[in-house]
Order: sequence, then structure tokens, then C-alpha cells
Amino acid sequence: MAAGSRGPEAAADARSFAARLRNGDEIVHLITLVFAAGVCLIVCLLVFELYRNSSVPRHQFGWDFFVSRTWDPVFDNFGALPFIYGTVVTSALSLLLAIPLGVGGAIFLAEFAQPRLSDLLTFIVELLAAVPSVIFGLLGIFVVVPIMRTTVDPILQKFFGYLPLFSGPIYGVGFLTAGVVLAIMIVPYILSVSREVLLAVPPDQREAALSLGATRWESTWQVVVPYAKTGILGSIFLALARALGETMAVTMVIGNDPKISSSLLAPGYTIAAVIANEFTEATGKLYLQSLIELGLVLFIITVILNGLARLLILATTQRGSIRS
Amino acid sequence: MSLRMARRKMVNLLMFTGTGVCAVVSVLALCFILGYLLWNGGHYLSWSFLTKLPTPVGQPGGGMANAIVGSGKILLIAAVTGIPVGLLAGVYLAEFGGNTMTFMVRYAADLLNGVPSIVTGIFAYTLVVVPFHEFSAVAGGLALGIMMIPIVMRSTEDFLRAVPGTLLEGALAIGASRWRGIATVVVPAAFRGIATGILLSMARVAGETAPLLFTSFNNRYWATGWMQPTASLPVMIFTYAISPYDDWQRQAWAAGFVLLMLVLLINICARALLLRGHPTGR
Repeated sequence: MAAGSRGPEAAADARSFAARLRNGDEIVHLITLVFAAGVCLIVCLLVFELYRNSSVPRHQFGWDFFVSRTWDPVFDNFGALPFIYGTVVTSALSLLLAIPLGVGGAIFLAEFAQPRLSDLLTFIVELLAAVPSVIFGLLGIFVVVPIMRTTVDPILQKFFGYLPLFSGPIYGVGFLTAGVVLAIMIVPYILSVSREVLLAVPPDQREAALSLGATRWESTWQVVVPYAKTGILGSIFLALARALGETMAVTMVIGNDPKISSSLLAPGYTIAAVIANEFTEATGKLYLQSLIELGLVLFIITVILNGLARLLILATTQRGSIRS
Repeated sequence: MSLRMARRKMVNLLMFTGTGVCAVVSVLALCFILGYLLWNGGHYLSWSFLTKLPTPVGQPGGGMANAIVGSGKILLIAAVTGIPVGLLAGVYLAEFGGNTMTFMVRYAADLLNGVPSIVTGIFAYTLVVVPFHEFSAVAGGLALGIMMIPIVMRSTEDFLRAVPGTLLEGALAIGASRWRGIATVVVPAAFRGIATGILLSMARVAGETAPLLFTSFNNRYWATGWMQPTASLPVMIFTYAISPYDDWQRQAWAAGFVLLMLVLLINICARALLLRGHPTGR
């Protein structure tokens, strides 16, 4: 047959660059390469634009930008400390609330629940992760804030009011409220990633523990969880990165007051929230560029956290990669 | 001995219940959100909400037709900019990439995926709004498109890699060039997965508010072109929710309901599309 006689010749052709160019292979390769390189280029451009557009405050304030507590657009004096403080406090609070819930739920879904039930519940939880943040903000304003103002905050103050953490007037909005709303938002991330990591632990590990007479919980807590702990930590880092960069929900419930207060019930401000609120109103180059510098700070923090998270998750899932 | 056994069994049961409660609480959170929005938002949803422009402050009624159309326009631009880049970069990674380049592109996409959405907004602001001196649907769409790229790219790459290599070899064996094999055999075989990735990325950016605040901004009237401030559903929800007017707050609920339904619907459709290809699930 003709095809048979052309076989070796075609194979030789395929190896030469010119032939592949004629076939279109090299052209398609080049086109996809350009788009792939485009992804890298976008990231470089993003960093460059943020850096270039924050030159004025970097020169004017230097490192003082990060330790100054003043945020005064009228006298053009800008310091980022209240926002950094607010971001750290709200994220820490949200992790405190979300870690037990997320990891606990993940353990249940990976170790105790029937596979079908587990898949169904995970599907629902992943849908929760898809709910837009502005919806969380909407519910935050009209549901969580009133509950905090009338019930949770007064109760906390009644029992722990002697602590500076729970002193001062009650507004409903504030660090604690933002932490609660953020916690609801990040639980799905911790839960679904932790579950994946737990499921990636090789079954022989469980079986060995169970055959030695351990109960289900003992095998989970003493064998499976230690095996998966770096991955779980990774999921927590991932959630933290989300919490730090979360904008809308926090903006709507934190009270937007650039103050550093020891009380968790007091209103505060976060980096993302101040950018969202003041960016369109920023008059003057210094004001606008100070906001962009805040964006740069946020970017750098989340990049570092995300990198760490991916390394940790990779370290665990690779180790237990028999399943995949 | 048996006492100790009983204690261990107790702990086991306790932890079973405890972790179960954690899982149930997380699931109930979604049910509560859905239910509350359904109750509140469905209540205020009306025909005029979907078809009329916003009314001036103090005058009740009106709707968000411009924001619904605006969201559509912004999403269209996002799709036009985000999907081709994500798709072709994904094809490159799965079919052509060498080691160094693959690592760099993946790393860049991971970075891009982790960028807080508000920072992406700043980026689009400096790229489009500053040079053209105008908030615009294009700027907003670009911000969302950039957010779509890593999601589309990773899912495309994953699903292309899952296609058995024998399929491409079969195409090559009957004389197709490599790119024709990829375009007519490998990509169609992974089509469901790729479409799922694209839909999920659309659902993800459809609800984004932060990057739109200072790119597409807001507009109480119809935006006639692509280079004008454009209203969008998420931004409208934000503006109306923090406003002091009862009527606006009610409309924020209705808009929230529409947005959530849209996002969840796309999500469920995307997953269903994937499941239909494999009746056994995953």
C-alpha cells in the first residue's frame, strides 16, 4: 500500500524542522508558547505596575510607612500600621474559629462517613466556597451584625469584660464580627483540601492501626492525622491567604475605622477594605499611590503564604500518592 | 481492662459525633445562606426589578436591568480575554512544554491564582483606566479575565493529560500531523473537562466585586458603549447594602438572590457536565 511505502520517509520527515513547520506543528507550538509566556508576562507586569505606581510614598515615607499609625488624607500623611493590624487580627480570629470546624469536618468526611454521604456533603461544602463574597457581606450586615450587637458581644462582655479584649462600647461591627464572617468563608477551603489530603493517606496505614486493635478514632488521630499534618497545615495556609485578601465581606462588617484598639469588639480596618473604600475617592498622587503600596504589601504577603501552602500540600500528597 | 475498653469506645463515639457536628455545621451554613436569601430575596424579586432602571433616591420601585446587562457585558469581555489565554497556555503545558518553561508557567499561574482580587483590580486600573481616563466595562472585564486565566489553564492541562496517549498516537499513525491530532482528537476527548473548567471559572468571577469597584465602577443609567462606567450586579449589591435606604436594601436582597442563583446554577451545571461523561463519578 502507498501508506506503507511512505512510512519510513514520513518518519524521517517528522524529525526535520522544516517539515514540521510545513505541517503546522511548529506554528501551533509557537502560538501556544506565546500564550503560555503571556501568563508569566502578566505576573511580571502586575508586579512592575504595582511597584512603579507606588514610588511616591516609598520615597517619601520609606519604611516608616509600615510603623506609622496616622492615616490622614487631609494632611497627606499616610501610615499602614492600623490596616496591617486589622488584617492580622481578623485573619487570626477567623483561623481560630475555622480550623477546628474545618479540620473536624474533614476528619469526619474522610474517616467516619460513608463514601457516598462524604461525596455529597463535600459537594455542598464546595458550593459554599462558590458563594460570592459580597453575598457574605450582605448577610453579614443584616444577620451577623445584629446578632453580635444584641447577643454575642454583650454576653462576651458580661463574662470576660474585665479583659481588655472584650471591653469598650459595643457597635456590632468590628474585628470579632469580621473574624466570624471570614471564618464561615474559609471553612470550605480548609475542609475540602484537608479531606483530599486525608484521603491521600495510604489505606495500609489505617489498616495496620486497626489490626493492632485501635479504634477508628485512635487510628485517625494517632496514625492518619500525623501522616497528613503537613498537608492540613497547607490547607490552613491557603485559607489564611484567602482571609488576608478577602475584601467585600470584611469591608461591610468591620466598621472601617483606622484605629488600633485592643478590644475585639471595636471597629477597625483592613488593607483590602481601605483600598476598596478609598481608591475611587483618593485625590492626589500621594494618597492614591499609598493605597497602591498597600496593595503591593498585600500581594507580597499572599504570594509568600500561597507558596508555602502549595509546598506543604505537595509534600503530603506526593508522599501518599498511591491512590492517584 | 474492660473499663479501659469502654473508655476508648466512648472517646471514639464522642469524636465521631464531634467531627460529625463540625461537618454538619459547615453544610448547614450553606443551607442557611440559601434559605435566607431565597426567603428575603425571592420576596422582593419582581418583573420590574429585572426590566427597569434604578429610580432616583427616595422614589421606590425601579430595578437593576442595567446592572444585569452590565454584568453580562463585563463577563463577555472577561471570557474573550481569559479563555483563549488559559486554554492555549493549558494546551502548551500538556502537549508541548519543556521542563523549565512548564515550571515557570505553572508557577506564574499559581501566583496569579493567589493574588487577592482587589489587587487584580488595581492592576487593571493602572493598565486601562489610567491611560484612557475613564472607568469602563473593558477594564472590569480585563480584571476578571486575568482572574480566569489560571483556573482555565490548570483545568485544561489536567484534563488534556488525562486523555490516554494512545489516542494521539493513533492519530499520528494514520498520518495526521501532531497539531491536527491534538486539535481534532485530544482536545475533543477532553472537551467536557475543559468546558467544566471554563464554566467554573466564569462562576467564580461572576460574583467578584472588589476588582470592579474601580475598574468598571457603577452607573445608574444604561452604559451605551464599552468604554463607559458600567453597572454590575455585585457592585450594585454592595452599594445598595451599605446605603441607608430601606428600598435600596430590599433591592440588594433581590440582586443577591439573582446573583447567587446564577453562580450556583453555573456551578452545578458544570459539575453535572463532568459527571455525565463518567457515570461512575470520579
